[in-house]
Amino acid sequence: MKIKDTVHFQWYKSFFIVFIILVCFLASATLTEASFYEVFENLDQAVAFLEELSRPDFSYLPKLVDPMIKTLKMSALGSLIGVIFAIPVSFLATTVVTKNVIITQLFRLILNIVRTIPNLLLAALLVAILGIGDATGVVTIAIFTFGMVSQLIYETIETIDMAPIEAAESIGANKLQIAVWSVWPQVMLNVLSYFFYAFEINVRASVVLGYVGAGGIGVTLSNALGLFKYDRASLIIITIFIVVLIIDSLSEAIRRRIE
Amino acid sequence: MIIFDHVSKTYDNGVKGLIDVNLTINDGEFISIIGLSGAGKSTLLRAINRLNEITEGEIVIDGKSITKANKKELRTIRRSIGLISQQFNLVKRSTVQKNVLSGRLGYYSTFKSVFGIFSKEDYELCNQVLEKVGLSNKLHERCDNLSGGQQQRVSIARTLFQQANIILADEPVSSLDPVTSQEIMEELRNINETMNKTVIVNIHSVELAKQFSTRIIALQDGKLVFDGAPDLLTNDVLTMIYKGDSFLKGSEK
Ligand SMILES: Nc1ncnc2c1ncn2[C@@H]1O[C@H](COP(=O)(O)OP(=O)(O)OP(=O)(O)O)[C@@H](O)[C@H]1O
Ligand SMILES: [Mg+2]
Repeated sequence: MKIKDTVHFQWYKSFFIVFIILVCFLASATLTEASFYEVFENLDQAVAFLEELSRPDFSYLPKLVDPMIKTLKMSALGSLIGVIFAIPVSFLATTVVTKNVIITQLFRLILNIVRTIPNLLLAALLVAILGIGDATGVVTIAIFTFGMVSQLIYETIETIDMAPIEAAESIGANKLQIAVWSVWPQVMLNVLSYFFYAFEINVRASVVLGYVGAGGIGVTLSNALGLFKYDRASLIIITIFIVVLIIDSLSEAIRRRIE
Repeated sequence: MIIFDHVSKTYDNGVKGLIDVNLTINDGEFISIIGLSGAGKSTLLRAINRLNEITEGEIVIDGKSITKANKKELRTIRRSIGLISQQFNLVKRSTVQKNVLSGRLGYYSTFKSVFGIFSKEDYELCNQVLEKVGLSNKLHERCDNLSGGQQQRVSIARTLFQQANIILADEPVSSLDPVTSQEIMEELRNINETMNKTVIVNIHSVELAKQFSTRIIALQDGKLVFDGAPDLLTNDVLTMIYKGDSFLKGSEK
């Protein structure tokens, strides 16, 4: 069999791609002065660290319950606030109800700006403004959720059945009535599903937020690492991992039932 | 009474939907509008409640010009005009009751309607109209669980609930089977006769048009080409309306 008869008939293309990747890899390594030698040299340190990590300090578990619950509460509250603000704004960010292109573009611009701010940067900014604490975490999550969910909702609004809107218009309903009676019932379940989706993402994100002082279990983790208590850190990581796993599958199950 | 006074409609792309239409529709008439696809039937129907803005002439409903009405006046006039259409125009994810109740949004303040505060009388009226169309047992059913015929009944119930004097129906039976079509048309005739509501129907079936209406209007390329009683609608006239070659050849012999 000749190679040109197999799925590898374009083998030279694959070779070329591998070659390009290698060149890019080496070039970027040289440019950033990253040394693979160092990585391997510090291997014994890593082994020591991993050894500590592999012995989680389970006696520390009771102390984790509070911050973990706090993280969940922060995420839930932040997601809820974000979604509540996202609902009216997403109606304004489509022409479906307003029929006003200028308003739509304005709100989309604002939403685009909100979405371009990275989560961590937002948290750092808010910590600087509002100070360290759980409230800061909630606000960060709310703003992040707002940006993300607004887009999801307005994209959903644009795919709805427009006929009921016309029906409502034809009997003299005003725009707010149309939004509430003709559009909202069509997107309500999607919005609920987006809330769970946001919550799922926010639980994960809020761990990182703790690092910049925005409350929750992230703070506990950052403290443990700072004090070189790797056995505790290990337990925290395992706990987070399990909780995130549970939340993800719960949220997914709920969302599947909704849809 | 609905009066079309030299009404023309030219769409933005230059297509003439209606050309110089003059019409007087009296209260309590059952009118069928027939004509080929693209003749302007929907354009005419939707001009009545101004879902379509006409470009020339004027339409006057019960002495008030809908063409010149401002936003608020338009809202008021629209409250008395019901619309039924081929796709039923219901919120499929909402219950039958909610869809029917939405028929009177034009009468409720924004605040009340947003929070769903309807009067006791309206809840009773809702039950009555659903009973009239035979759907009392479906009050809390979601509309996407209903058959096409049932959905069309909900939309009829909605216009009854609206207490509109004029019911516009744009191909109300086009997506229904023959038996259900007959039932829906009977429902409309029943409403027309017992409640003296004006019914204007766009319809593709000449038979149904002849069977149910008191008056038939035919459009061809935006022009009104026939307006009269159903028995005046002879084969020759139909041939002319539908530009039918086969008809023409037969009658020339
Ligand atoms: N929004 C629009 N923009 C441009 N042209 C349109 C628009 N709506 C309708 N038309 C044109 O106006 C003419 C009349 O259309 P109309 O929908 O009134 O026909 P119809 O008699 O209802 O046809 P059908 O039986 O297929 O529903 C057609 O030529 C159509 O292409
Ligand atoms: Mg039509």
